[in-house]
Amino acid sequence: MTATQIRVRTRKPWTAGQIVLTLLGVAVSAVFVAPVAAALFTSLKSEAEAAEIPPHWLPKVWTGQAWKALWETGNVSTWFVNSLVVSVVVTAVVLTVAALAGYGFARTEFRGKSVLMGVVMAGLMISPAVLGVPLFTTVQQMGMVDTYWGMILPQCAPAAMVYILYKFFQGVPRELEEAAFIDGAGRWRVFFTIVVPLARPSLAAVGIFTFIASWNNFLWPYMVTNNPDLMTMPNGIATVMNSYGIQWAQLMAGGLMAGLPLIVVFVFFQRQIVAGVAHTGLAGQ
Amino acid sequence: MTTTSAETVIAPARAQSAAASATVRRKQGFQHGGWFVAPFLVLFALFVIWPLLRGIYLSFTDANISGEGANFVGLDNYREALKDSAMWDALGHSAYFTLLVVPCITVLAFFLAMLAHHIERGKWVWRLCFFAPFLLPSTVAANMWQWLFTQGIGLFNETFGLTTPWLTDKSYAMLAIVIETLWWTVGFSFLLYLAALQGIPGHLYEAAKLDGANAWHRMVHITLPMLRHITGLVVALQVLASLQLFDQAVVMMDFGPGPELATRSFVQYTLEQGFTSYRVGYASAMSIIFFVIIAAVALGRMVLLRNREEGAR
Repeated sequence: MTATQIRVRTRKPWTAGQIVLTLLGVAVSAVFVAPVAAALFTSLKSEAEAAEIPPHWLPKVWTGQAWKALWETGNVSTWFVNSLVVSVVVTAVVLTVAALAGYGFARTEFRGKSVLMGVVMAGLMISPAVLGVPLFTTVQQMGMVDTYWGMILPQCAPAAMVYILYKFFQGVPRELEEAAFIDGAGRWRVFFTIVVPLARPSLAAVGIFTFIASWNNFLWPYMVTNNPDLMTMPNGIATVMNSYGIQWAQLMAGGLMAGLPLIVVFVFFQRQIVAGVAHTGLAGQ
Repeated sequence: MTTTSAETVIAPARAQSAAASATVRRKQGFQHGGWFVAPFLVLFALFVIWPLLRGIYLSFTDANISGEGANFVGLDNYREALKDSAMWDALGHSAYFTLLVVPCITVLAFFLAMLAHHIERGKWVWRLCFFAPFLLPSTVAANMWQWLFTQGIGLFNETFGLTTPWLTDKSYAMLAIVIETLWWTVGFSFLLYLAALQGIPGHLYEAAKLDGANAWHRMVHITLPMLRHITGLVVALQVLASLQLFDQAVVMMDFGPGPELATRSFVQYTLEQGFTSYRVGYASAMSIIFFVIIAAVALGRMVLLRNREEGAR
């Protein structure tokens, strides 16, 4: 991909069409970037200036005061660590169980397989938003309200990820595995040495999207925890707004603190992400 | 998928030398796969199936949040829900939001993907700009737009020279949420379209060019048909996500139901009943109703797809 891009860049001259398209791209990108830029500029104003009427884009006086105040008064570092713990554990568990289950459904035989697959498909329609209250009372019964596990485990059974990997594993040629079976390799060895390496880009895509969804999950942690020490970034930021009245500069600083880590990660991994989406077969056919 | 060469090289060579025992071993390799699916099924049973069954049970009781002393009340909760105009309003808001968001996001995602795909320079910049908002937590994106839309201090009206009361007037509040949602979530569908565009074989376009097809014809006769599958997926995922509207609406409306309750979604109303009014039985009945609605939408889509496939044959 890199090679072709570089070649294209040196070979192709600026045509009229490309100039128009690029200008259009710049204009649309500006619209997409503007809210984030506005948030950044506001976070660098004083609270008084942030609430000034009429508003203006750039701060008259640049100050890091909001960032500093947020760091000192809020529990930002705690929320950050909580988010990290929850998202990393959720991603690890989802990758493991979804890869195993996707492969199990696609490539192994056991009693009741088609019925179970049907049940999992039905699970595609269920989310904490749909079944919030009964899910909460279930977690309550298990004694997991206001605990890490209460936040983590209900996010660990996404039927969608199983389905995506199931579709992918179905496309892996059976002969590759059969050859290994004949050579005497066991099922687990085949899975880990042949199937998993083939699935790496798909697993990366599933992992990345699970991480994004978990890092950004607001509703479930909002329902299951009231303890400020257990809050994740999205929830913590929402309380900044409730408890201090609206302090726009701090709110924007907090929002950027919560949002920037994933954006930085995306800058480095974007090619893998697009390739992974294509690899899962979701976008193809 | 792409490993056909390995398949054809390895398969015949191995298969020919394989004796009867090899066939047996090969078959055994795929047997007894229950252990593979067991870990997922345990989690799935605990956190999806059990809450669903529990929700069905609770919906026939007058349980409160403590879960104690619940009485069986038969279909009372369902009867009450069907007569509850606030529930129907909330359902209407979620449906209205879905109807507004889904077509806009699909068209916008396609447009952005075409743009990012066809501009030859700086591809990573376009990808980053269009996708980045999706990486923000819902509360953060909602806060940003709440601030942009706030009257007086917000930059949205200031920049476009408007005085629209986005957040305080019931005829604009939902529109404000739709605009925020487009900006925040179009990146995901954009990425699906972009990956699909990159998967269309280039020789199709070369051939069409030789036949004298212009850019418009190439888009209508090659790109759009090749993207039909992904469009179906984008629409389905967006419908499911939009019906579950909650985060951005509550945050933009200061954790309230919006002006004159105009943005209270079905999910929000259900959660209010469960966690504010402590009516767990009633909230569970609404959850089950919601589940049935979503299942009906999904089934409808399946039937539509099947009919279309049969029509194509």
